[in-house]
Amino acid sequence: MTKNPLNLRLSEIISLGDTFKFYRKRIDKYNNELNAFLQVRTLSEERQGFPYATKDNILALGTRTTCASRILGNYDSPYDATVTKRLNSKGGQLLGKTNMDEFAMGSSTENSAFGPSRNPWDLSRIPGGSSGGSAAAVAAGLTPFALGSDTGGSVRQPASMCGIIGFKPTYGLVSRYGLVAFASSLDQIGPMTRCLQDAADVMSMISGHDSRDSNTIRHALSFDISLGGNLKGLKFAVPSEMLSYPGLDEEVKERFLSTTKEIERSGAVVEVISIPSVEYAVATYYLIAPAEASSNLSRYDGIRFGPRQQSEDYEGLTNESRDIGFGKEVKRRILLGTFTLSATYYDAYYRKALKTRRVMAGELNKVLDEYDFILNPSSPVIAPKIGEITDPLAYYLMDIYTIPANVAGLPSISVPAGFVNGMPVGVLMTGKRFSDVSILDAAKGIEDLSPSFSDGLAIIPERWTE
Amino acid sequence: MLRTVIGLEIHAQLKTETKAFCGCRADVFDLEPNTAICPVCTGQPGTLPVLNKKVVEFAILAGIAMNCTINKHSVFDRKNYFYPDLPKGYQITQYFFPIAEHGYLYLENGEDKRKVRIRRIHIEEDAGKMVHQGTDSITGSSGSLVDLNRCGVPLIEIVTEPDLRSPSEARIFMELLRDTLRALEVCSGDMEKGALRCDANISMVDETGRSSNRVEVKNINSFKFVEKALEFEQERISKVLLSGEDVAKETRSWSFQSKETFSMRSKEEENDYRYFPEPDLPVLVVSDELIERIKESLPELPWEKVDRFVEQYSLPRYDATVLSSNADIASYFEEVAQVTGRPKESSNWIMGEVMRLMNDKELTIEEVKVNPEHFTELFDLIDEGKISNKIAKDIFPTIVEEKKSAREIVKEKGLEQIDDDKVIEDALQKAMVNNPAAVQQFREGKEGVLGYFVGAVMKATRGKANPSKVNEIARRMLKN
Ligand SMILES: [Zn+2]
Repeated sequence: MTKNPLNLRLSEIISLGDTFKFYRKRIDKYNNELNAFLQVRTLSEERQGFPYATKDNILALGTRTTCASRILGNYDSPYDATVTKRLNSKGGQLLGKTNMDEFAMGSSTENSAFGPSRNPWDLSRIPGGSSGGSAAAVAAGLTPFALGSDTGGSVRQPASMCGIIGFKPTYGLVSRYGLVAFASSLDQIGPMTRCLQDAADVMSMISGHDSRDSNTIRHALSFDISLGGNLKGLKFAVPSEMLSYPGLDEEVKERFLSTTKEIERSGAVVEVISIPSVEYAVATYYLIAPAEASSNLSRYDGIRFGPRQQSEDYEGLTNESRDIGFGKEVKRRILLGTFTLSATYYDAYYRKALKTRRVMAGELNKVLDEYDFILNPSSPVIAPKIGEITDPLAYYLMDIYTIPANVAGLPSISVPAGFVNGMPVGVLMTGKRFSDVSILDAAKGIEDLSPSFSDGLAIIPERWTE
Repeated sequence: MLRTVIGLEIHAQLKTETKAFCGCRADVFDLEPNTAICPVCTGQPGTLPVLNKKVVEFAILAGIAMNCTINKHSVFDRKNYFYPDLPKGYQITQYFFPIAEHGYLYLENGEDKRKVRIRRIHIEEDAGKMVHQGTDSITGSSGSLVDLNRCGVPLIEIVTEPDLRSPSEARIFMELLRDTLRALEVCSGDMEKGALRCDANISMVDETGRSSNRVEVKNINSFKFVEKALEFEQERISKVLLSGEDVAKETRSWSFQSKETFSMRSKEEENDYRYFPEPDLPVLVVSDELIERIKESLPELPWEKVDRFVEQYSLPRYDATVLSSNADIASYFEEVAQVTGRPKESSNWIMGEVMRLMNDKELTIEEVKVNPEHFTELFDLIDEGKISNKIAKDIFPTIVEEKKSAREIVKEKGLEQIDDDKVIEDALQKAMVNNPAAVQQFREGKEGVLGYFVGAVMKATRGKANPSKVNEIARRMLKN
């Protein structure tokens, strides 16, 4: 191999044709330290193609799909997810499945039943989550790209903490068939890559209508494009509620504001506006997502999945199997969701949350009628140290920047935009429904002016390039 | 005097080719366990439901036939509960916004004809089945096996208002519903096979208008038991009320072995199903065009057929009702009536001999029906006095089995009626010689003895003698 794949874009890697072993060796060498992969595969036969990784909540024949949970610890995928199938049909070769917060519930990968992943920029820190394994793998160059799933920021937040690109498409653009459901009305699969063009290339392979997912939209968007990166004339709105959020770290804020200055220098307009309902985003999300999750996860009852616990009766069997099979955070959310859906509290919580969701979507869309994109930091802080944050609520509140896009089904992307204390930070752009192509194009403009890239690719920390 | 108030919740399995939300076959009754399943209907992680269009069409068809308003927007919901035969841990149903509402059917009970209101019809999916070892229930069994074939088989649930006034009305309503669903060809209507299932709510109201608590009776698995179970419950409730006590609000189960109901769970033990909109399915939007198209395809409904049979064939209402209860029998009747030109006789024979044969030998109308021409011949033979009605009935099974015409069989078996006076006189003479005492009795005025001699002649002629002729000749000869 004359060219180093780490310096290549996906399209070039595809034309190289035989990079599986290269990445596979890197995983063998580095995964012990990163714990990014939960399973790795070997190719049974040499063939042309391109390697990739997926989060371990996406089914792929020939792999277990554990969702980083004990209850699915030995679950062999009985079928291919639509995204896996589509990638494989284009020559994709699955390197392995990446670590995550159990059932995608969390923002740090610390909720994995198989231990946390580590941030390639500082091994004492989390990579973010819940797609932390995918983020770490891409950031350390263990795979050209990875798929993650984003329910409240799970692709974008770890991408920002690891210094790569994380894109959550418009809800309904990428099939969820074969993605183990967390919160069905919010879940969306998205690419995690080292440059914007790669994200577009992955989208062109995985997006589009799927008869197996009734929520995928019929008209296809073409991602078969070369991104320009023109920011000139675009209008960005920065919600004041997000700038004044008390948890926003001062240095992260400064870094964000200097990025907005550079965006303006490229000929775009950046204005601070108000979206009052954003303050309710976290509350709304933590009513809707656990409610759906409590239902989605009730199939794991010890009868068909997980280590079955012996008991006198069915109820005991179910209770004990679930008690042993699920981790703390998953149980917390199941309890929360079960409570808010109960007949007595449905109107007070769940129904109200649906209403707030509509109001918030309305307000966001109104802003997006006037502005091209909403702009804010991807995360209020840089990646915390492993074990540093123990109060789950502290993590919940940090989702304020990413959640609105899920609640309203909007496309949203995190682009690396420099460093604070040596750790990557990102800016988040959110657009109208189906503005996915133009959001990628504008994000390319930010990529072009960002110090996080070298030769058009997100920088890999030196430690992993020796 | 206590007044009975009954409402029904009926589940009907739809006869679609595939299941409600996946591509597996839907006719699973006789299949080996777990042979009609896939990742979707077994609730594998990551799978999603895709709505079968036929299910929607069938539900709309049922809704239109039952005079419902078809909702152009309806929504699927999840009903959450744990059970081993429910692999997803929830059932997809329509709780908040059903596809059809506010309908009615006319119930005819003797002279009484009344509207029974349909509150709603909604689409849902069936659960699997459990086979318990050692006992009938999961508790106490040494082991339980799960068969997921039935998971995802489409159902419509039809909920009536509490407009039924007696157990027999409930049974008649269920039969009407079965006939309607059969006419629409959306459900086989076999209660015994679980294709049609009925839960009943019953309460009783006293003279002052005060109502007892409502009791729900489940697991009623035949038309007969609808009536029996509710009679049992009616009796039980009135006893409780007359003893001055309160009826417990509870769910009871009908046991067809012991022919009684027993308490399943009290109000306090009721599940909280935590209904919420199914996020994996979009709002179900039904176009005006679709509703119109389905309206146009609506077949003749049982009560319309009854009216037409009364009108067109001058049949008694009873005959028309019996014949119309099964579309295949009804159309066979029409064929026979038209070919023979004798509707009432055709009706008598089909309701009598044809349906008797079906019941006795458990045959379908397809297996029993003979060429209508055979009926023409049979009627002619009777008219001509060639055979008696009795002989005609005797040979009918042979017509069916051997597919031969009546004339052929009569000829082969030498069954032609004996009209010959000489033969009858000879046989009678013999009988009189054998029993002079009886002759004497007749002559002393004991009319009843006549029967003995007629019987003796019929026996001697192996039933072929023309009975009225025998009567006439016996009377003449015995007098002398
Ligand atoms: Zn199936």
